[in-house]
Amino acid sequence: MSDTVRAFWAKVSPKAADIGAGALCRMLVVYPQTKTYFSHWKDLNPGSAPVMMHGAVIMEGVADAVAKIDNLTDGLDQLSQLHAFTLRVDPANFKVLSHNLMVVMANQFPNDFSPEVHVAMDKFLALVALALSEKYR
Amino acid sequence: MVAWSEQERSIIANLFSNLDYEDVGAKALTRCLIVYPWTQRYFGGFGNLYNAEAIKMNPNIAAHGVKILHGLDRALKNMDNIKETYAELSVLHSEKLHVDPDNFKLLSDVLTIVIAAKLGTDFTPEVQATFQKFLAVVVSALGKQYQ
Repeated sequence: MSDTVRAFWAKVSPKAADIGAGALCRMLVVYPQTKTYFSHWKDLNPGSAPVMMHGAVIMEGVADAVAKIDNLTDGLDQLSQLHAFTLRVDPANFKVLSHNLMVVMANQFPNDFSPEVHVAMDKFLALVALALSEKYR
Repeated sequence: MVAWSEQERSIIANLFSNLDYEDVGAKALTRCLIVYPWTQRYFGGFGNLYNAEAIKMNPNIAAHGVKILHGLDRALKNMDNIKETYAELSVLHSEKLHVDPDNFKLLSDVLTIVIAAKLGTDFTPEVQATFQKFLAVVVSALGKQYQ
């Protein structure tokens, strides 16, 4: 899984910010309940400044996770603390965001997001979600 | 009963009228068996599923994927009555095929990703939302008769 994820990430990372913004935007449109976490933003519409910026922030986290893929629990310790004690995102939403990340990857890289890459990425994002919810309880 | 706006009906009609069933159906089921390997439990009699290559080249899987995709045509033609339309198929999946209804969601997610790959810029967030709503209604109807 690690090699496949790293190889695919190397290919798509130049577009990381776009992917993040696209995924976040889709999540807010397709799963409106996720908007509850962003009530402090003035504009939740696709292409708005907060959505674009936050999409990039999320992808920096993903890039970090790829770099620490061999030890996500330790590697994502700080992010886990953030999500557990400050953000308190219901872990079910990690799955929702993961799905939308993969929709965007498939949409923008149809020839690269093969079934083999898909399964590796699905597994990787699930492990990231698990590491992020480590500190919840 | 589920409410559909004119825009949603139009998005669904458009999506299906341009759909390459042979390509998308085969790809969706193939991908489901690779990404969620436990789903292979329902395909014991379909031949070689030994690895991703074998699954991709398996003609029985490809054909069955197309069949499943055509199963969505019923919902397309009866959008205001999806629950009743799928009652019979729900019984089939429960009583005869013994498919865990969680699998419907898995296939539905994979199908969304295959369509996303195929439609490019046409697969806008609105189209995605409508398509996922459509699939969710079908998935719910298919699970209704389980007891």
